[in-house]
Amino acid sequence: MTEAGSPIGRRVFLGLIGAGALGVLFGARIQNFTADHLPKRDPTGLSDLLPVGDHFRFYTVTSGFPKRAPQDYKLTVDGLVDKPFTLTYDELRALPPTLLTKDFQCVTGWRVPNTKWTGVKLSQLLDRAGVQPNGTALRFVSFDGVYTESLTLAQALRPDVIVAYALDGTPLSSDHGGPARLYVAPMYGYKSCKWLERIEVVDHVVPGYWEDEGYDVDGWVGRSNGRDDAPTSS
Amino acid sequence: MSATASTPTRYLPRFDRVERVVHWCNATLFLTLVFTGASLYVSQLSTLVGHRHTVKTIHVYAGLLLPIPLLFGILIPGGRQLRRDLSRINRWTDDDRRWWSRRTRASAQLGKFNPGQKLNAVFVGAAIVLMLTTGSIMRWFEPFPDNIRTGATWVHDWTFIALVVVIVGHIMFALGDVDSLRSIFFGSVRESWARRERPRWWAEMISESAESRSAGGDVETGGDERIGEATVGTGEMPVGD
Repeated sequence: MTEAGSPIGRRVFLGLIGAGALGVLFGARIQNFTADHLPKRDPTGLSDLLPVGDHFRFYTVTSGFPKRAPQDYKLTVDGLVDKPFTLTYDELRALPPTLLTKDFQCVTGWRVPNTKWTGVKLSQLLDRAGVQPNGTALRFVSFDGVYTESLTLAQALRPDVIVAYALDGTPLSSDHGGPARLYVAPMYGYKSCKWLERIEVVDHVVPGYWEDEGYDVDGWVGRSNGRDDAPTSS
Repeated sequence: MSATASTPTRYLPRFDRVERVVHWCNATLFLTLVFTGASLYVSQLSTLVGHRHTVKTIHVYAGLLLPIPLLFGILIPGGRQLRRDLSRINRWTDDDRRWWSRRTRASAQLGKFNPGQKLNAVFVGAAIVLMLTTGSIMRWFEPFPDNIRTGATWVHDWTFIALVVVIVGHIMFALGDVDSLRSIFFGSVRESWARRERPRWWAEMISESAESRSAGGDVETGGDERIGEATVGTGEMPVGD
């Protein structure tokens, strides 16, 4: 038996599915448009809840975001080095700073343009420690107790790889990986180990947390993980 | 008041057991998905909840289970009433159109569901398909190019926001209507409610029970044998109270 009336329900259902299919095909373009044309100023922060593009999403792999006050923060460089050392937060900030203004690209698709990072070149810290001949890779350890990352020595010596302590002119918040984190400008965000407390020089690349989850060890933006984003740093 | 005030309250069955089980399975899965999804999506909640990997795993499995209760209910033999109600949700009558406007709402003789409920059901059904498809693209992303991954994420995000609005609205409307609420927990509504709020459905039910009595007390009235519209199709019906 058929009910009286017109089959509007089916049409609305199919219409919604069709709209969703169009959204999958053209959503990337629409999101780029809204990111470019919507006003950036939003004191409430509510627009961050809407998928209009251009904002950080915060990921943590443990319970909550690890917090450490700057006065309790320490960064150790050790492993296959001649002179292992530990820096306090103030000592880190006293080193010659490097400023990088680059896009921040996540492997899940979001990108924040023109983020301004302040920090110390990783190569500078490695120079000071004196990498031994058999030291060919680095292992980064987060004080959250879980997050680790890796780079080859050649990648680590690039001028656009820093230990960052400020973002857009303000001290790095806990959400962003503060007091200090790695910032690997030419690679996807997961390579930039947050809440950095230890840099260990090792003799082979030990894949980090997200690499164990299936992401590429060499996380170049636009040349890995099956993505073709525009590079964030040449 | 009508004479029914002195007689004991009579009830009409509105949702059978299959429909109620499907509804509450869906509700549990949707709430799980909304909570875990919000924890992955809203930065402030991500900060509070953490455990990203565990939350993501729960979200993915709950998502894969999402279409199962409804499909199960539709496919089993006992899902006859669910299938008939889906057909009711599909059909929009002139009375439904009158209901949307405040001016003509009083003259709308509704069937089992009001148009808002029909729209809610259609949206949730479409949302299940959309969320499952786009979520699968997000989870098993390797074969898809960037713009499709971003597009799928975009659709997933906006549909999520729409779903939160719709689910909150659904719960608020339900809490405002004791009879509706009673029927999704226990299955039946007061006959006086049906007569007042859903006169066309009420008339169907009355004529069907009269039919089954005259057929020798056979209560196994199949969906195909019902004669609802034939007797109450004119729209001129006494409204209770």
